[in-house]
Amino acid sequence: MEISVTVNGVTHTGDVEPRTLLVQYIREHVGLTGTNIGCDTSSCGACSVHLNGEAVKSCTVLAVQADGQQITTIEGLAADDGTLHPMQQAFMENHGLQCGYCTPGMVMAATSLLKENPNPSEHDVRIGLEGNLCRCTGYHNIVQSVLAAATK
Amino acid sequence: MTMTDQPRTVLGTRLLRKEDPALLTGEAKFTGDIAVPGALHLAVLRSPYANATINSVDVSAALAHPGVRAAYSGADLVDLWAAPMPCAWPVTDDMKSPTHYPIAVSKAAYAGDGVACVIAETAAIAKDAIELIRVDYTRHEAVIGLEDALSDRVVVHDEIGTNRSYTWDLKIEEHEGDIDAAFAAAAHTTKERFVHQRLIPSAMEPRSVLAMPQPFGGDMTVYSATQIPHILKIFVAVVLGIPEQQLRVIAPSVGGGFGSKLDVYAEEFLCTALARKHGVPVRWTEERSEASMATIQGRAQIQDIELAADEAGRLTAIRVRLLADMGAYLQLVTPGVPLLGAFLYAGVYELPKAYDFSCTGVFTSMTPTDAYRGAGRPEATYAIERSMDSLAAQMGIDPLELRRRNFIPTASYPYEAFSGLTYDSGDHDAAATMASEMIDYAGLRARQAEQNVEGATKRLGIGVSTYFEMCGLAPSRVLASLNYGAGGWEAATVRVLPTNKVQVVTGTSPHGQGHETSWSMIAAEKLGVDPSDVDVLHSDTALAPYGLDTYGSRSLPVGGVAIANACDGVIEKARQIAAHQLEASADDLEFSDGVFRVAGSPDKEMPLAAVAWEAFTAHNLPDGMEPNLEHHTHYDPPNFSWPFGTHMCAVEVDTETGEIEVLKYVAIDDCGVQVNPLIVEGQVHGGVIQGLAQVLYEGAVYDGDGNLRTSTLAEYLVPAAPDVPPITTGHTVTPSPTNQLGVKGVGEAGTIGAAPAVMNAIVDALSGLGVHDITMPASPHTVWNAIQQAQGGSQ
Amino acid sequence: MIPAAFDYVRAGSAEEAISLIGQHGDEAKFLAGGHSLLPLMKLRLAQPTVLVDIGRVTDLSYIRDAGDHVAIGALTRHMDVENSSLLRTDVPLLAHAASHVGDPQVRHRGTIGGSIAHADPASDLPATTLALGATYVVQGPNGTREIAAGDFYQGFLTSSLAADEMLTEIRVPKMNGAGWSFQKFNRRAQDWAIVGVAAWRRNGDSGVALVNMGSTPVLAASVSSALAGGASIEDAAQQAAAEADPQADLNASVEYRTHLAKVLVKRALSEASS
Repeated sequence: MEISVTVNGVTHTGDVEPRTLLVQYIREHVGLTGTNIGCDTSSCGACSVHLNGEAVKSCTVLAVQADGQQITTIEGLAADDGTLHPMQQAFMENHGLQCGYCTPGMVMAATSLLKENPNPSEHDVRIGLEGNLCRCTGYHNIVQSVLAAATK
Repeated sequence: MTMTDQPRTVLGTRLLRKEDPALLTGEAKFTGDIAVPGALHLAVLRSPYANATINSVDVSAALAHPGVRAAYSGADLVDLWAAPMPCAWPVTDDMKSPTHYPIAVSKAAYAGDGVACVIAETAAIAKDAIELIRVDYTRHEAVIGLEDALSDRVVVHDEIGTNRSYTWDLKIEEHEGDIDAAFAAAAHTTKERFVHQRLIPSAMEPRSVLAMPQPFGGDMTVYSATQIPHILKIFVAVVLGIPEQQLRVIAPSVGGGFGSKLDVYAEEFLCTALARKHGVPVRWTEERSEASMATIQGRAQIQDIELAADEAGRLTAIRVRLLADMGAYLQLVTPGVPLLGAFLYAGVYELPKAYDFSCTGVFTSMTPTDAYRGAGRPEATYAIERSMDSLAAQMGIDPLELRRRNFIPTASYPYEAFSGLTYDSGDHDAAATMASEMIDYAGLRARQAEQNVEGATKRLGIGVSTYFEMCGLAPSRVLASLNYGAGGWEAATVRVLPTNKVQVVTGTSPHGQGHETSWSMIAAEKLGVDPSDVDVLHSDTALAPYGLDTYGSRSLPVGGVAIANACDGVIEKARQIAAHQLEASADDLEFSDGVFRVAGSPDKEMPLAAVAWEAFTAHNLPDGMEPNLEHHTHYDPPNFSWPFGTHMCAVEVDTETGEIEVLKYVAIDDCGVQVNPLIVEGQVHGGVIQGLAQVLYEGAVYDGDGNLRTSTLAEYLVPAAPDVPPITTGHTVTPSPTNQLGVKGVGEAGTIGAAPAVMNAIVDALSGLGVHDITMPASPHTVWNAIQQAQGGSQ
Repeated sequence: MIPAAFDYVRAGSAEEAISLIGQHGDEAKFLAGGHSLLPLMKLRLAQPTVLVDIGRVTDLSYIRDAGDHVAIGALTRHMDVENSSLLRTDVPLLAHAASHVGDPQVRHRGTIGGSIAHADPASDLPATTLALGATYVVQGPNGTREIAAGDFYQGFLTSSLAADEMLTEIRVPKMNGAGWSFQKFNRRAQDWAIVGVAAWRRNGDSGVALVNMGSTPVLAASVSSALAGGASIEDAAQQAAAEADPQADLNASVEYRTHLAKVLVKRALSEASS
């Protein structure tokens, strides 16, 4: 089936099998590999991207469902001149990542969170990231990163 | 020369990580991200049965499926293997180890054991095709319980005729009979059984392999999501019979390991063998529900531990019996994992030479076990720290007070332990005091007395644990005495390039630890350059040919020290060059801030940058000196390193539901000199939550037929942010006297300290209800059951 | 991770969706937000041959004041239910329960209609709408009909929806200031409830329904009768599992589930009464 998806402002048109997941489409068809796959049950959130401005798990959306929609991935977050997005900067400054595999999904979930709740408490941040697993950081510095980004 | 008593400008600062921008923007490449046109995709058909004879495998329908290049049974592939898959740690001379091929030939020994495979044009086609393979099995009873396994009622591997792989003993006493006498004379004894459930390591990046034949001559490059590219290279050469010089192994960005990628796996051999056979790149990426079965699991042991103590509660003897679950096969270091704890069952306490340890490893019909963060040491620490609480309860004294009575005195360091090992340094009172002040131990105890009254449904508990990490694996000769198959050294090369930029080549292989940052800091401190002028080359056997990789908190105390030593070598060479050019005696040159100065002649100086250029042009070097400023070294540590600390935890238990809330967690860790406190804290945070998760959330559950019932992250409960508490960290700094940096390592400390602290707090909360112990994980249901049982089912 | 192959058709309206599902027969499935179906397909536990995507039927995404009740289009997302000021005012129990479904990413995609039609006893919204006495509007080839929530759930993942019928609207009575509580007991925030309770109370009336206490969502009618008969909260809560038929699983035995239901109903009623 032919679909047309705008990823980070660039429209891609091409054929996909209906069973192609959005995350596979982004990684294999569009060639943006920053979005990672960490599970097969929609549990870990590593594949989180923005669909029309809201965080979704791209392993639980079919590429054909994204036909005609706007997708933002981790590659689309920093400014064109390379300046990190405030959330990326906050993760760096607060050591909110170690191996970095969950990080793109975590950052995309966190930016979506702040859009919906610009002044979250620590509890709000923790519960807002309930759908994203990290095995390295124990979440402490991830939470600090998001709280720091909220003040920027 | 040691660095611990010099002023430092880079070491100890909270330098932001060099690794982060690539990881934060999606530019970093993990193995599965590497695009290779024309690569074929491997899929492995896995046995649904835990114990079954493979009668026949019919791959014809898979072969006929469009897009499939080849399909193989285990028997089809057996000629590709020059040797079976390795176990590198034969812990005893008579250890039994079944033959283990990448695809099983005649028998599936656990649910998830590979029985056939396909290579196809896409991952989807490969996955569709393996569903078309028909395997005829004869099923047999599975062996799940460890004591059942030991009985040999059902034998997992007929070829070895028993489920007992080995028994390893360590009995230490001055005179025969001392231990029995100590128990007979003891004022207090405890006898406990603790069970460490199977844990699924769950690194967020599943495993992934890409084997790429190189043009001409049979060279092969293997990319793998591994912690151990150097060790993997050796074993790919051995198992496939490929000349080692034709192999290059690269671990690109690797998304966590925690021991699960400290292994060599079937799919690494399969991809390489099939890439070689078909002359095309072959790749494979694990799915999570596949990872749960096909990647090693951790812990899985039953501990029986007895303490003997005198009137004051001072330990006089310890007896330990372990029954350790090997799973269906021995992976890389499976049998040695429980033995890594053998020396830590006395914790940070003084113990006379009265120690009796024995471990038996048994085969079961489950996924093989192997190293998981801490590997043997969290288990040992849990046993002694839980037992200390039992002893304190029995004596009716505060558990912290009991620990203080037993701490090895600070003045005794370096301390020769009962085991003959020398603990290099420690100050346990200081760590315990800091922890109790930060958590307000006295205040919590007072609050607890008020809160835990008759009928209270929210009960407060306070848990303490103190620990040694024992890392920096390890002096090679000590490893030899343990039958370990390799050494414990690490390699480093430091080059000062002509323009005074620095390359550090390391044999460590990071997967989240931030080595690029920390190693840059060490070189920058030593050489007087900016950390941003240092590049760290790693995890590629062509760039870093020597190395023993990253595990066991060894990277800094071995690999980091090797870099510091290599820097010293560079400085020494540079000193000779500078002396030659300044027409001074090398002995009169002082080096600081990147400049050689002649003592007493402040106008005579030569910066390292100038020396580097002179070394490069080689126009005017001392007679006989080789050009360029480079030093290569191998460092074999003289001792383990001994990080230590005290963790404390306060919990509230809802006795109506069994739910546990962690109110506060304080971790005081002493890892010696800190290269980068930001990274140290991150390691502690992550480690603590992994230890806490063992107590509260995680556990692989198998049914009686050997089916894994927790094969996805929906069922295997890796906690998320709202499920865990913030961590309050604090540090004491007791430099290691055995290396020039004074460092000790910190990767596993959090995990080692956390589990007993959390469980001690839970049991402490419920001790007034008669609860003495709770099996892990302490799920609400388990806690509620324990309360019901303690109350005689009457609540 | 990779579903078995299937054909995909997209419906532009409810009528078209019903016609398409009729054409493709038993092996076809509606795809709304996909957050119940796609996870099963990725593990190949479900292998429909045709998916009829109703996600673009945007006229079924609405939350309207309909006098004595609020009408919610079946394709309204959990996030929109959670954030609806109308629901927060008139049916706060439902808005609150929606905030407990899955995680934010799930709530950005998953729909109330998808959740109810899936008829999972462990889901939050089937039980919550049951407690609230909701009515479901379904459309088939021959027009629409209304099904009371109490008649909808027939068994595990089974409802009284016919194969060619589609859930189009959920009608939830306004709570008119009733006290309420939603208790979700789970081990991780993102998980399904081990046991959950949705409850409201106003004067002598009450509604209590249980999550994951049987093969369907369970209306705890005995609790309401006991309360109506003047029983204390403690005593009424003892009736919590009277209508339940809980199963054992990895997280809970039958005995523990039953105990939890009583404790959580007690807590819910206390909160709803305060």
